[in-house]
Amino acid sequence: MNNDPLTWHRVADKSEILEDEPIAVKVGDKHIGLYLLDGEIYAMDNVCSHEFAILTDGFMEGKCIECPIHQAQFDIRTGKAMSAPAEVDIATYPVKLEGGDVLVGLRDE
Amino acid sequence: MTDTAPYIVVGAGQAGHWAVRTLREEGYDGPLVLIGDEQHPPYERPPLSKQVMDGDATPESCYLTTADKLAELGVEFIPGRGVETLDRDRRLVALDDGTVRHYHRLMITTGTRPRPLDVPGAEAAPLHYLRTIEDSLAIRAHFAPGRHVAIIGGGLIGLEAAATAIKAGCRVSVIEAADRLMARVVGTEASAHFATLHRSHGVDIIFSAMATEIESGDKACRISLSTGTQLEADVIVAGIGVVANAEFAARAGLKTDNGVWVDEYGRSEDPHIFAAGDVTCHHNPYLDRRVRLETWQNAQNQAIAAAKTMAGTPTAANDVPWGWSDQFDARLQILGVPERWDRMVRRDGANETAFSLFYLDGDQLTAVNAINTPMDIAVARRLMGRRMAVDAERLADTSVALRDLLKG
Repeated sequence: MNNDPLTWHRVADKSEILEDEPIAVKVGDKHIGLYLLDGEIYAMDNVCSHEFAILTDGFMEGKCIECPIHQAQFDIRTGKAMSAPAEVDIATYPVKLEGGDVLVGLRDE
Repeated sequence: MTDTAPYIVVGAGQAGHWAVRTLREEGYDGPLVLIGDEQHPPYERPPLSKQVMDGDATPESCYLTTADKLAELGVEFIPGRGVETLDRDRRLVALDDGTVRHYHRLMITTGTRPRPLDVPGAEAAPLHYLRTIEDSLAIRAHFAPGRHVAIIGGGLIGLEAAATAIKAGCRVSVIEAADRLMARVVGTEASAHFATLHRSHGVDIIFSAMATEIESGDKACRISLSTGTQLEADVIVAGIGVVANAEFAARAGLKTDNGVWVDEYGRSEDPHIFAAGDVTCHHNPYLDRRVRLETWQNAQNQAIAAAKTMAGTPTAANDVPWGWSDQFDARLQILGVPERWDRMVRRDGANETAFSLFYLDGDQLTAVNAINTPMDIAVARRLMGRRMAVDAERLADTSVALRDLLKG
């Protein structure tokens, strides 16, 4: 993990994210998915690494989100590609809560 | 010699790609050969009737890998060569250039080829089939505003080509032998929905008709139909089914009947020979019969499982059969086949063009035809995979979240 400074972006209210019902947000051009899993909120790139598809349009089960187009599965906590046809892991982002606000930390580019 | 003979995968399509990739992931680090009769590295075919045919995507965008990446995996890739002879006693394959290669284990992933249209005049006609990148590009070259395209076969290939031709401004006629579209894979309701959809875009569909003869002139051709009428066209695309590339296996004495027979682990009756993908005929537990699946899912998942078996960890590929088709703005997704059912339930989707049709045999889902309802498919695939009892009323009731049915 590098030490570039993070910029925190408020992306949602925590009440918008339900168990098994992730939401899609954007920070600039970046598509990010927000997930509620075991009481914790996770943020992950929302574009499948196999082909363009919005992951949060897919099915969340347990700790995985399944891409709606070709069923590639990713681990929400780590971004790891868990099944074919995905071969490339995707990025996850740190999340912090300030009251009801959900903030995602992105490294400045 | 056979101790150091390589593992050979014959057939460098999608199944062949996942086979070699999986063999390496499973820890097989011996010599590995991939033989394919096309010049391209392994690629996926679904875009060939859609975005490649309409020019939105390049052929290279279909590639699953490259010659360089195969080399990095330590795969000896032999493109442009077919296998003519399989000698199981001596464990070798002879290629069409006379080369002989010995194998320690062999995986057959040779897929299928288009069934040829067997009518007088077919050979001289401007007739195209769709299987390869070259086929797709050749068909695309004929699509232009005002050109009349005749499509023989109202199955998934024919209908996707029809939608692409309409998008290119062509006049399109679809000639279908049955009395409905996609008769082998969907129920009557989905057939009717897509007939309406295609006709609303100007496609002329002729049912219960077969081509009986084609006369070709300088610029156009005339197709005689079994209905007694004739149709003029500038170009013909035929999508009338496929034939498994299993002849070389049959000559070697392997059981082939509508494809190479394998068990759920991808094993043939020969302990050194495995097979996966379009070329195989295998038992699917959800259809509860032997089947030759023609899907992207099967090419991938059966190859992964068979490769794991080949590498030493017997793995079954028992998926709920799933396929999709994109025609105009409709994404059709299919689970199973509506063969055994006593009740069909419709669940409305977000709007008029989105709905799911569930086929039930008692309290078991046996098939789903879903149009623009991807979440219904994700849930239904799990319901079918887990063989959960399903309440028809709750399936139809949109005030009940479909995923709640997974809680039992």
